[in-house]
Amino acid sequence: MAVAVRLALIVLLLLGPGGWGHTEPSRDSLREELVITPLPSGDVAATFQFRTRWDSELQREEVSHYRLFPKALGQLISKYSLQELHLSFTQGFWRTRYWGPPFLQAPSGAELWVWFQDTVTDVDKSWKELSNVLSGIFCASLNFIDSTNTVIPTASFKPLGLANGTDHYFLRYAVLPREVVCTENLTPWKKLLPCSSKAGLSVLLKADRLFHTSYHSQAVHIRPVCRNARCTSISWELRQTLSVVFDAFVTGQGKKDWSLFRMFSRTLTEPCPLAAESRVYVDITSSKQDNETLEVNPPPLTTYQDVILGTQKTYAVYDLLDTAVINNSRNLNLQLKWKRPPENGYIHYQPAQDRLQPHLLEMLIQLPANSVTKVSIQFERALLKWTEYTPDPNHGFYVSPSVLSALVPSIVASKPVDWEESPLFNSLFPGSDSSSYFVRLYTEPLLVNLPTPDFSMPYNVICLTCTVVAVCYGSFYNLLTRTFHIEEPSKGGLAKRLANLIRRARGVPPL
Amino acid sequence: MAANSFRPRVLTALAGLLALSFGSLADSRIEDQAEQFFRSGHTNNWAVLVCTSRFWFNYRHVANTLSVYRSVKRLGIPDSHIVLMLADDMACNARNPKPATVFSHKNMELNVYGDDVEVDYRSYEVTVENFLRVLTGRVPPGTPRSKRLLSDDRSNILIYMTGHGGNGFLKFQDSEEITNIELADAFEQMWQKRRYNELLFIIDTCQGASMYERFYSPNIMALASSQVGEDSLSHQPDPAIGVHLMDRYTFYVLEFLEEINPASQTNMNDLFQVCPKSLCVSTPGHRTDLFQRDPKNVLITDFFGSVRKVEITTETISLQPDLGIMESSNKEDQIDEERMEPLKYAEQLPVAQIIHQEILTDLPYLNKVHGGQEVD
Repeated sequence: MAVAVRLALIVLLLLGPGGWGHTEPSRDSLREELVITPLPSGDVAATFQFRTRWDSELQREEVSHYRLFPKALGQLISKYSLQELHLSFTQGFWRTRYWGPPFLQAPSGAELWVWFQDTVTDVDKSWKELSNVLSGIFCASLNFIDSTNTVIPTASFKPLGLANGTDHYFLRYAVLPREVVCTENLTPWKKLLPCSSKAGLSVLLKADRLFHTSYHSQAVHIRPVCRNARCTSISWELRQTLSVVFDAFVTGQGKKDWSLFRMFSRTLTEPCPLAAESRVYVDITSSKQDNETLEVNPPPLTTYQDVILGTQKTYAVYDLLDTAVINNSRNLNLQLKWKRPPENGYIHYQPAQDRLQPHLLEMLIQLPANSVTKVSIQFERALLKWTEYTPDPNHGFYVSPSVLSALVPSIVASKPVDWEESPLFNSLFPGSDSSSYFVRLYTEPLLVNLPTPDFSMPYNVICLTCTVVAVCYGSFYNLLTRTFHIEEPSKGGLAKRLANLIRRARGVPPL
Repeated sequence: MAANSFRPRVLTALAGLLALSFGSLADSRIEDQAEQFFRSGHTNNWAVLVCTSRFWFNYRHVANTLSVYRSVKRLGIPDSHIVLMLADDMACNARNPKPATVFSHKNMELNVYGDDVEVDYRSYEVTVENFLRVLTGRVPPGTPRSKRLLSDDRSNILIYMTGHGGNGFLKFQDSEEITNIELADAFEQMWQKRRYNELLFIIDTCQGASMYERFYSPNIMALASSQVGEDSLSHQPDPAIGVHLMDRYTFYVLEFLEEINPASQTNMNDLFQVCPKSLCVSTPGHRTDLFQRDPKNVLITDFFGSVRKVEITTETISLQPDLGIMESSNKEDQIDEERMEPLKYAEQLPVAQIIHQEILTDLPYLNKVHGGQEVD
């Protein structure tokens, strides 16, 4: 009894202030999410977002203990009195026409924009020092940022976080379009994550897959946010985003089926133990397009609907902290498959063979109502041999017209009459169905102007060659095969003497 | 009587002699141990690896530098002690059929770029001026730590340079060059400022031996891939990538280094034999006259690795929680000033505010126009 009391006392003492019983909740939290969006062009976009939120007033305190928030960035905020920092590295360009609108686009190269607090006296000096420090942290040439590429925007780039004044004198913006993004920029970015690349969603961040993409953008955003709904105190939010677009033809080998393993060559094995939330979202809004349905495997346990960028979207949600989704014995390898219903179309294509047969393309298509369908085909004409040209090659070459055969629905149902007895203009196409009629249309033939050779050239070449051969070869032949010897002119000859007499008489020089 | 007193004296003398000899033996063993402990004389290792060539067809120079980087990291030198300068980006080059990789063997066996590379000076930052500033330590204020060579007088530094060179110079990025005299003077500055203990200089360029002819500072050992008048040749092209992947000398050096581990006792004489003329076509050279120790006593890991001497102690230290810090942190938790009014986010595109704002600039000409008079 006494022993128990003494034990209890000892236990109480240990749990007192200054002991081990520190039950205060941690002041920082990590949320990580991955959004997979199948794009209309067959590619797939993956966007990672890691958000570390720290409930602390960095400006006022002397902070010495960093848990989830990286120390390198926390020290920057206090040393340079930052209000906000946005830094992005991008390779490639987001093709909105083919891929749809992006969540957050960034310019090609490196972009840095910073809001300083109004306690800073020399903003330009802090800006220069800050870009030097960041160039060391992220292994990038940000030290080339100086007054020649820095501007102070006055209309846009308002603070994305809490702000009590927006005097744009404290804003600086610079972009370096020549900056290359490669593994050496990804490595320090990964090191800022609490779980590094060991657990959670960051195991998928392998450089050799992430840079084999059409678009790669990684960014760091630091801003102050509201701590609670009343918004009476500040928390600091560090948001690290990474967007990549995997190309269907380069990485996907032409197929539209995707899986985590195919994209990242890894699967998810466990959530990050330091994360409060760890989720994967798959966009299933356009799950029916072009008569294909999207199937996500394994089937999601929950879905999420919201208005994103102006349109209603539906997402399949996989919560990695839920043991039903992922546990020790099971990896998560999400698979997206497009299933085609049985085709009711037909395509027949017979390619051309030179001097044997032309191209033949036949397609049976169902046209959707109130739409415009364009069919185009690219072809090449091989160069002809010079004897195969027509006498007037500059006229051009003809491409035969295309044929469109269609069954058009009738507005008025026709009565089935004896087809043979109808007037001639109605008895061309036998119609079996009274609700539609058959029609055959043709397009214009195409006259294509192709480059033609200069037909006088063979004659010119023959003349020139023969001349050269005759002059050179002939002279050489003569030089080599003929011998030259001096001939004495003959003295005598009766005819010659007679001729000389006559010449002397005339006064002309003799022979 | 005399014999009786003599014997104990002899015994004590003998005992004394034995004790002395044991003592001296023990002393010499301790001395040996101490000497082994400080045999090489250095306490930390640094590496400065420079690739000076730009353009895709100089892929092999980047692969050379990255192979040495990989070996040096594998043998223990951390990224914070390596200054890596690459004049062009080959891994994420648009012409690279396998992005984010740099291969050293054909058939793509070894990716020397790896997954956690940290390049300190890249692209346009690799200039003669920046290289000399890194070596001598005279960097502009505000240079981050990862871009500085923070060595002291007990540091062993490995300097590796590769690129295109000639008799007495090395070309940087096709636009400038560094001469052997400048390099020798930079090393002398380092010696005067006690920035190194021992220095190993390796160069893989054409006529590389000309670069170390002018050194005059002590404790420098130099290796080059070819003599004056000879060209260093490249190893093998890869048909998929389309360029030559490595230079011969560095290829065989990499093969040699792949067999070294942090505990190996291989010495510098083996490194001198690495690429004979039959394999390299050029004659590799070396210079050891400025170096004080015998090369056969110098371990490879003295320069390429970062072998730390560790002394294990069995003492335990118990840490008491500091009540002062805990009390102050508790207080901070409680004093969380709550503001009177809620804070709010700024409007992203406040049209009215933008149109009616007054832009206070310090452009002098604006004031002049306002005044309506011509001012110089």
